[in-house]
Amino acid sequence: MKPINEMKVQFPSRSVNERLARSVVSAFAAGLDPTLDELADLRTAVSEAVTNCIVHAYPDSIGKISLQLRLFTDGRLSVKITDWGVGIDDIKQAMTPLYTSGGEDRAGLGFSVMESFCDRVRVRSKAGHGTTVTLDKYILSRHTEAV
Amino acid sequence: MTIQTTRSEDTLTVHLTGELDHHSAAGWRSAIDREAICCHPKRLVLDFSDVTFMDSSGIGLVMGRYKLMRSWGGDLRLGGLSPRLRQMMSLAGIDRLPVWEEGENHETY
Repeated sequence: MKPINEMKVQFPSRSVNERLARSVVSAFAAGLDPTLDELADLRTAVSEAVTNCIVHAYPDSIGKISLQLRLFTDGRLSVKITDWGVGIDDIKQAMTPLYTSGGEDRAGLGFSVMESFCDRVRVRSKAGHGTTVTLDKYILSRHTEAV
Repeated sequence: MTIQTTRSEDTLTVHLTGELDHHSAAGWRSAIDREAICCHPKRLVLDFSDVTFMDSSGIGLVMGRYKLMRSWGGDLRLGGLSPRLRQMMSLAGIDRLPVWEEGENHETY
């Protein structure tokens, strides 16, 4: 299926950009007239994925994060977050609720939150090469009229 | 992101304002801990009524402050949580801890 709208941005893995990523997603989704809950779900899930890149993918350096947004005719908004950092050895373990390698005050719930607030979460990773997380969320409100 | 603290008797109340993510949590954490470690209150109240966004960094902040308060036998109370923030807290099982302010029983909303 071809997207009916799409955009891609890239930014360095600085924590100040967590907010930027949320703003970009809000702006892209705004044309779909999402409910406040749908928008908050998206913003929260994207914040988790981008934070994972900053905390885990590039623990001791600043690297690139790519955020790709695509909208499809059935109202599906697909958000792909890509990094070229350390990668994940064991994806199943990384997605286990409360598991964290992030140290004090990281709850280990990033993937749980993404899964709670999105319709589908896919993770591809290769140790030493990076990780791609794809979040799919259906925006059900008036997406057809908005595009 | 700002915090405002008030102290009365044995209670330290921290009013959080703004977006709570990994970026802002570090500043909030050190500001709260500085106040708490200095006065060892019996109770720490975190007021979330003006938190406009929170991801799982907020859960980490709460869990860390819970442990800190328990380290000297104090307790933690959470106030002003929207249904969404409560949903986030429940992902970590925080809804099963005795942290709710009176009148904010999570089963009643």
